Amino acid sequence: MAIHVEHELHTRRLGRNVGVGLLLAGFVALVFGLTVVKVMQLGDVNKLEGYDHVLQPQNIPALPPASATGTGGKS
Amino acid sequence: MSDVSLDTATTEPGLGDYFALMKPRVMSLVVFTALAGLMVAPVHVNAFIGFVAILCIAVGAGASGALNMWWDADIDALMRRTAKRPIPAGRVAPGDALALGLALSGFAVVLLALATNLFAAGLLAFTIFFYAVVYSMWLKRATPQNIVIGGAAGAFPPMIGWAAATGSVSLESALMFALIFMWTPPHFWALALFVKSDYGDANVPMLTETHGRRVTRNHILAYTILLAPVSLALGFTSIGGPLYLVVAAVLNARFLWGAWMIWKRDETQAEADKYAMEKRVFRHSLSYLFLSFGALVAEAALHAMGFGGW
Repeated sequence: MAIHVEHELHTRRLGRNVGVGLLLAGFVALVFGLTVVKVMQLGDVNKLEGYDHVLQPQNIPALPPASATGTGGKS
Repeated sequence: MSDVSLDTATTEPGLGDYFALMKPRVMSLVVFTALAGLMVAPVHVNAFIGFVAILCIAVGAGASGALNMWWDADIDALMRRTAKRPIPAGRVAPGDALALGLALSGFAVVLLALATNLFAAGLLAFTIFFYAVVYSMWLKRATPQNIVIGGAAGAFPPMIGWAAATGSVSLESALMFALIFMWTPPHFWALALFVKSDYGDANVPMLTETHGRRVTRNHILAYTILLAPVSLALGFTSIGGPLYLVVAAVLNARFLWGAWMIWKRDETQAEADKYAMEKRVFRHSLSYLFLSFGALVAEAALHAMGFGGW
């Protein structure tokens, strides 16, 4: 009688481990894909800098000249 | 020692056993209706984000299925239909099912919030809570109306799909919810009439057993009558249109006729033809839901091409 080195349990365990590995790889791909899509949707990549909670004057939109808004003159 | 370890080894679960905990057949219906809700919504969703949203809703549904199997393992073991499920069959430990259900619930809700919005994620969390706690733990063993109220859990997916796109609820998504909510009882009770269940052995109060088959036939007709206006009303909203309305009219007429025939029959007649009408109505009810949501998606596709809608 031939001796089987591989018990059925090990085959099943291997299948489960491979399955979990593939699921984890899928999860990584999912998060990566989601990140790419979310970043692309931002349009202006400078908006990303708004997330570090530090005031960055270069990202504050320039205000139009006071004369253009009509609110800067003496009343 | 080696004998003991070999004995325990035969019960070690495979990946398929964990997948079976998630009730894949229920998940397929959830995926279809959630996808329809997402596609008919008036806001365009990026295809990948839409895919992630549907995946999250499906995983959330699967997680609630695992929690349901964990809670119901004792009664599942007593019924023929459910005795081979992974927990009563001894392939998965109850604690593992609980852990899987909780972990996947958290995963699905958090990822849906990140991918779409907090409102859709909150709805998904509520749906999981509703199915696992309100239905499984509170209602299922307490009232013969369990299937009516529990049906709400199955009615949420199109609403979540809509919320994933729009961030809110609306008349349209509420009517899609109501369509599945009203459809579930006649669908399930038609099945209950021709399947010899053993819910009684497990002390689960099903209408056919607590109130008898005559009352169940009455209920099927009543709910099918109530379903028709909900289905037709959907045709007059922004996601409806002439195509949907025609399809809905035909489907409701067919469903109503079937419910009427079931109501007219008694057990002697039903047993004489081996529940042919009940089986037919059950099959029709499946195509009813599929074609109703299919027509809504078709309306959305026509609308995108400049046709359809009102």
